[in-house]
Parts: sequence; C-alpha cells; structure tokens
Amino acid sequence: MKYLLEVKNLQTHFFTEDGIVPAVDGVDFELEPGQTLGIVGESGCGKSVTSVSILRLVPNPPGRIVGGEILFEGKDLVKATESEMQSIRGNDIAMIFQEPMTSLNPVFTIGKQISEAIMLHQKLDKKAAKERCVQMLKLVGIPRAEQAVDEYPHQFSGGMRQRAMIAMALSCNPKLLIADEPTTALDVTIQAQIIELMKDLKEKLNTAIMLITHDLGVVAEMADHVIVMYAGRVVEEADVIDLFKDPKHPYTIGLMKSKPSLDGNAKRLDVIPGAVPNPLAMPKGCAFHPRCSHAMDICKEKMPELNKFGDNRKIRCWLHEKEGGEK
Amino acid sequence: MIKEKGQINENQEENLATSSKVESPWTIVGRRLRKNKLAMIGLVVITILSLAAIFAPFITGIPRDITNLANTNAPPSSEHLLGTDSLGRDMLTRLAYGGRISLTVGFVSTSLRILIGVILGGIAGYYGKGIDNVIMRIADIFSCLPFLPIAITFVAVLGPSIYNIMIVLAILGWPGIARIVRAEILSLREREFMEAATALGIGDFKKIVSHLIPNTMASIIVSATTGIASAILTESALSFLGLGVAPPTPTWGNMMYDAQSQYVLKNRWWQWVPPGIIIFLAVISLNLLGDGLRDALDPRLKQ
Repeated sequence: MKYLLEVKNLQTHFFTEDGIVPAVDGVDFELEPGQTLGIVGESGCGKSVTSVSILRLVPNPPGRIVGGEILFEGKDLVKATESEMQSIRGNDIAMIFQEPMTSLNPVFTIGKQISEAIMLHQKLDKKAAKERCVQMLKLVGIPRAEQAVDEYPHQFSGGMRQRAMIAMALSCNPKLLIADEPTTALDVTIQAQIIELMKDLKEKLNTAIMLITHDLGVVAEMADHVIVMYAGRVVEEADVIDLFKDPKHPYTIGLMKSKPSLDGNAKRLDVIPGAVPNPLAMPKGCAFHPRCSHAMDICKEKMPELNKFGDNRKIRCWLHEKEGGEK
Repeated sequence: MIKEKGQINENQEENLATSSKVESPWTIVGRRLRKNKLAMIGLVVITILSLAAIFAPFITGIPRDITNLANTNAPPSSEHLLGTDSLGRDMLTRLAYGGRISLTVGFVSTSLRILIGVILGGIAGYYGKGIDNVIMRIADIFSCLPFLPIAITFVAVLGPSIYNIMIVLAILGWPGIARIVRAEILSLREREFMEAATALGIGDFKKIVSHLIPNTMASIIVSATTGIASAILTESALSFLGLGVAPPTPTWGNMMYDAQSQYVLKNRWWQWVPPGIIIFLAVISLNLLGDGLRDALDPRLKQ
C-alpha cells in the first residue's frame, strides 16, 4: 500500500432549496505518508468541503457525499460507520480549523480540552494525559506550558490559540493532519511562525499534511505536491516546483500572475476577470471557459478530462490535450 | 552572613512561587464571588437561615408544638422574643423550624426540576428535528397545564406530604429550564468549537454533557436561584390549601396564612410580619447570590 490517503472521484453535493450544488464534483488525489499536499483555489471552489468530507463532517442536511471513495490506509471512509469514524477522528486523522479564536470551548481550560482527546484515544489516565498535554504545548512553543495548561482560551492570544489547536490536533500522533487555512486568521509574523512550526513538527513526527489555503506563499513554503481546484474539480496537479516554475492550466497561470512578486516592476497586478460561476448554473463545457483568455470552441461544448502530463502532473484543459497529453 | 543569605534565597523562592502560581478555577470563582458584596450578603443571609433551620431546637429551647392557652397572642416579650400565636406557641421557635421545610422544598424541588429540564432540553437542543419536536411539544403541554388543579389532583391521589409537593413542583416546572437549555444549545452546537470537538472524535453523549451543558451553566444557575425562591412561595400556597405540609408542622408559608384576618393584621403584627420578612429575605438573598454566582462562573469575564 503506497498511499496513506486515496480519494477517488469524490462527490459531495448540497441539496438546497434552489437546487443541487455540486460543491465537490469528482475529485481525485493521493497522499503518501509524510507528504504535504497543498490544495489551492479561490473561495467557493470546494477546498474546505473536500477536507470535511474526508472526516465525514459535512453538515447533513443539506450536504451529503453522493459518490466516490475515500481510502484511508485502504479502508473506505465513505462507507465507515459513525462509531468507526469517531475512533478515526482525532486519532488517525486530525484537523486544524480556520478560526483559532472560536474553535476552543470558552468554558474549559486549554489542558482539559487537549487531554480530553488524549484520554479518549490513547486511553491514558488524567495525570498522564496532563503530562502529555504539557509536553505537546512545549512542543508547539507555548511559553510556561505548565501554567498555560490551566488557563482558559480567553487568556491566550490568537497565535497561542492556534498553537494550542495544533497541539490538540497532534496530541494523538495522527497519521494525517488536515489544516484548513491554518494561518488565515493570524497576522503575518505569527503566520510565519505557525508555518515554521508545522514544517518542524512534520519532520519530527512524520505526519502527512493536507494543507488547504488560498495563500500561494504558504503553499510554496510548505507543500511537496499541489492540487489546484476550480468549481469543485481538480484542474491541475503537480509537484510544487513544477507548478510555480511552469504553470500549465490557464487558471493556474492566472493565479500565479495575481500574486505580487518582489522583483517585478511596480505594475498593477493581473486579475482573473469575472468570478467563480454560480454553482447552481455551471456553464456548459469547461467551467472556466467564460473567464479564460484561451477559450476555444470545444471548451464551450465538453468538459476536458484530467489527463496525465508527464510524470507527476495532471491537467484538465483542452489546450494541453493535443500537446502532450496521454489518455 | 550565612543566615542572611539564606533568608534572601528564601524570599526569592517565595516571590517565584507567588508569581508562577496558577489559580485553580474554583479559587478564581471564589475570589470573584467575594468581591461582589451583594452576593456575599445573600450568601451570609442564606447561611444564617439554613443554620437556624438546622439548629432550630437550640434557638429558644421551647418545644415546637406545645400550646399554652393561658398565654395566647402575647406580644413580644423577654420570654417569647417574637410573641406567641393564637394557640400560645412560641413564634421564634416555629419560624426556625419552618425554615427546615421551606428551604428543603425549595432546594430539592429545584434540583429535581433542573435535572429533568437539563436532560430533556439538552437532548432536544442537540439532536433537533423530530426528537426536539416531541420533547418541546410535551414541554408545551406541561407548561399550559393550570398549576393548582393538577397539583390538587396529584396530591389527592398520592396523599399530602412534603415529598409529593417536591415532585409536583418539579414535574410542572421543568419546561422553563428545558426551554432555556435547548435554546442555548441550539446556538452553541453550531459553534466552531463543537465542530472541533467532533473532529477530535468525541461522542454525542460527551459532547452534550461535558461541552454544551457547562456552557449553559450561567443561565441555569440564575434560573435555579429564582426557582428556589418561587418554590418556597408555591409551597406556602399549597400548604395554605391543606395540600402541603399539614399543621402543626410549621412552614414560613402556613405561618403567614395562620394570621390572615383583618383583626390580626391590624393588632398582632408579630404573627405575620416576621415570617413575611424571612420569606422576603430568603428570596432576595437567593436572587442576589444567583446573580453573583453567574458573574463569578463566567470565565469570559476577564479579571
């Protein structure tokens, strides 16, 4: 078994009053143990829904996983029972949430919240759990960890809370850590610290990380492999260096152009014209064609396949279908 | 020299110990409560009333039910500090004994009410949908039952006793607490920390009991303290109707109803003013204490 996590044709749809919203519509990717996978894309492209689908935390109703497989160590999580999921959540797969300010229960001490998961999954007693908790807080660089375990979330700053969340997520040595925009709510200096911390911890604990973000800088810094998503589908998949050096899909090119660079002239940044299409009324053919400067007739007719392109690369675009794509 | 040095070290250690000392949550609550003067007054009054009830036999040394027909309706004197009632029984003694029943009924019936209300409200709020509908409609039914007819029927079937009063108060009173708990849990369960708890693999039962209910504690405590006060009042009403505690056992409520004629109101103040004041004191102290506790227990109030 080569892969830790294998997602095959995942489809998560939301059944709203106005119609079916295919938030994730056929996503495939693989993740090796110890690898970091970046998932990037605009708001609303299905990044977060993909991540909550893996933990089966999609709010139901209205959302539901309607198709596909999520193989974690060979076991299909889509078909797992709720109690099986409970023993996987927090233990094998842990998640760091976007909002450190609100993701901690305000009425409990930090220590109590972290040791709850430890006691549940590692079957440690209270005292051992607390020791482990102090150890974890030290690991994520919280000063005076022995006292901090007895403090309440409101006594922590934003960066400390995010560290505490990371400590909580890593406390049971998960094999996979899903980080859903872990740095978005933090200021830039703290962002850098948190990224350093995650890189550091990954090396120490050999945890695979699924990093969901719209910050290309964070991806370049951390990820080994990157998936670019658009309108619920993967449009490009590549190793991080290839992607940044030579983006292929027009959407990826657009994303790269819209990020400021230090050495460029002080021009206005390029933008991708238009906005993400309304998920209730997806355009026919390739979802990106109304915003694409290279759109051809075929783009309006048929959705391209996600084709292999070289060794570690996949692209979903008609432009590259002819060039070197192999079916 | 050496001694001096040792002393300095000791001082330093002491400083270190105080600066790095972590207060346990309960010390913090205690400290905050002590800062709140009104709450402390409430606590002191309730403690005094409870102690008086517990040590009732020793307060005057006069037996509770011994009548003295030669000395009825006597005004306060050195022998009977609060005078005597229409049967010549000592008012102060009966007041102290009365606290036993009134306070017990208040505390026990409110605890029962909270137990039922929190369990059902928690389940309704957490699971929502059908379960919520069923529980809350039952709560609606219970809260639109007229209190007295139901209480009268209940006690008539089971017989008048202090225990049946507690049960009636709890059964008819839980919907209020259930609604408060349900409403809070409905909004709390959508919060991110609950999603985070799910992502840690924590089960439903633990999520309700150890994550959601502690978050609703502040409202429960406030509702409980006012609940104790109203239970004390309801008990007196039921006792008056002959459905509660039968004479000669005194309660604060039935002592007031003992003295209800115009003549008594005008001429024998010692028969109705003291029980009235005690009920007033108990109710207001409980409310002040409840308020103080709510503020002290709320960790979001930074101090």
